Amino acid sequence: MTDTTISNTAALAAEYRANRAKRARRAGLLKHLFLIATSLIMVYPLLWMLASSLKPDNQIFGDLSLWPSTFEWSNYWQGWNALPVSFTRFFWNSTVITVLSVIGNVISCSFAAYAFARLEFTGKTIWFALMMMTLMIPYHVVLIPQYLLFLNLGWVDTYLPLIVPKFLAGDAFFVFLMIQFFRQLPRDLDEAAMIDGCSPFKIYWAIIMPLSLPAMATAAIFSFIWSWEDFLGPLVYLNDMNDYTVPLALRMFTSQDSVSQYGPMFAMSILSILPILIFFVIFQRMIIQGIAMSGLK
Amino acid sequence: MEKFFRRNFAGYSFLAPWLVGFFLLAIGPILASLYLSFTKYNVVRPPQWIGWDNYTYMVQFDARFWKALQVTFTFVAVSVPAKLVFALGVAMALDKGIRAIGWYRALFYLPSILGGSIAVAILWRQLFNYDGVINSMLRLFGTDGPYWLADPNYSLWTLIVLAVWQFGSPMLIFLAGLRAIPQELYEAAEIDAAGPVRKFFAITVPLLAPVIFFNLVLQMIEAFKSFSGAFIISGGSGAPLDSLLFFTVYLYNEAFSFLRMGYASALAWVLLLIIAGFTAIAFWTSKYWVHYENERG
Repeated sequence: MTDTTISNTAALAAEYRANRAKRARRAGLLKHLFLIATSLIMVYPLLWMLASSLKPDNQIFGDLSLWPSTFEWSNYWQGWNALPVSFTRFFWNSTVITVLSVIGNVISCSFAAYAFARLEFTGKTIWFALMMMTLMIPYHVVLIPQYLLFLNLGWVDTYLPLIVPKFLAGDAFFVFLMIQFFRQLPRDLDEAAMIDGCSPFKIYWAIIMPLSLPAMATAAIFSFIWSWEDFLGPLVYLNDMNDYTVPLALRMFTSQDSVSQYGPMFAMSILSILPILIFFVIFQRMIIQGIAMSGLK
Repeated sequence: MEKFFRRNFAGYSFLAPWLVGFFLLAIGPILASLYLSFTKYNVVRPPQWIGWDNYTYMVQFDARFWKALQVTFTFVAVSVPAKLVFALGVAMALDKGIRAIGWYRALFYLPSILGGSIAVAILWRQLFNYDGVINSMLRLFGTDGPYWLADPNYSLWTLIVLAVWQFGSPMLIFLAGLRAIPQELYEAAEIDAAGPVRKFFAITVPLLAPVIFFNLVLQMIEAFKSFSGAFIISGGSGAPLDSLLFFTVYLYNEAFSFLRMGYASALAWVLLLIIAGFTAIAFWTSKYWVHYENERG
């Protein structure tokens, strides 16, 4: 008698568990369907741009397909030379500015971060509070006086206004990111080194730097992406087409009303985001952790 | 004296680049911009003090100023909540050890990392073209889409969609926040037969409130500052009929197309005050709806 009750209960429990598992699986399936559908919508515009960069102009509009019927590879060649100055020049300009910006940001921001995270000096808390405040200031507020300053220095139409600020730790985001990282490193290391007679410079160079490569890399990656994509800075400071960066050159496609340039325009758009895509594929993990860690945009 | 010098030498040496940048490129320009906002200045002739004239003109006579405010506020008020709802929805679907989470995360984040680029702004212009992808899709469902870019009633929507499409970073921050919610709470709620809706409002929302707040403030500031998308899609002017006249676009044009540096500085200060004001309001109201777990009382 009791045996059957027990086995009944066991059967009921097993059924309940099976039902629950089935429901969970169905919910999981629905979830995947939702996620797949959403991610398709998310990437569709980018894939459409890629497809359009290979389509002949008369097939771009009104066409939803992601597979060109004929591959118009000449779009790339045409786009590369579509403007009075070749894209070789624009890519070179962008590379110079971006590489120097990355170097500047990593060096100057890690200096500031090391001072805030590891050194003691008078007025540290006040400076730290001021630095955090600069996080909030919109670029547009400092843009005009900065422009006037650089105009007076004769720096307009050079790359200096785009590069020099990067060597002055202007991006408080990176300083903050590195402070967060430096604080996790054990202080015993510094103290031991100090007892051994290491100067703060030596400690920064021989201990902090090598141990914070992940933080440096994260800052470098974001710095790369933001400098590469930067539009307002070059728009304000560069007037000669020979000096243009890739984003400024791309804009020429939209202001020129010469139609029948759509294929080449998309081809150059694809090339312009290619370095970022490559970086994203290689450093995806670091980028995603960097955002979760610091709340960067 | 010598001791004081020795104690501070290292700290201030490392801080030096940041200090120079802070005075020359942050606090200096902010004060300069405040001064310029009370002057009439066209770069060619020295600034001429005109008291509150810029501000009174702005408020009393400048219809474009009010239009720019209206456009920007509408953009912020619609795009920020929509983006956060989207980000939270997707983050919740991704939470709890779903398979292939790395792939989804990367795909959802991809638009955000490319979002600031001119290539994407150009793409957006073509997607919302009358013959573009969006209208082609609508035609599949048998409706004719509007002239998105030429019709002032619809043009702002293109930018709102562009902003929502970039929900990647709030999503990542939500994901990190969701991970921190103890699983036992949900299990306990299940035993008490709480449904998904109940669980969401009784557990997820209150425990995630600090993260929601963080994302809200960050995204709001970003939305007030957004520039490139509106600049490219409106062809630099805020067209059609100023319906895309973002505050930043108006400011840029006043400063660099019309060289009204004094007036543009006044606009910049209004923008700074608006952002500071909204951030302050967010912080002030947050004590009523955001509770931190480790807080007492």
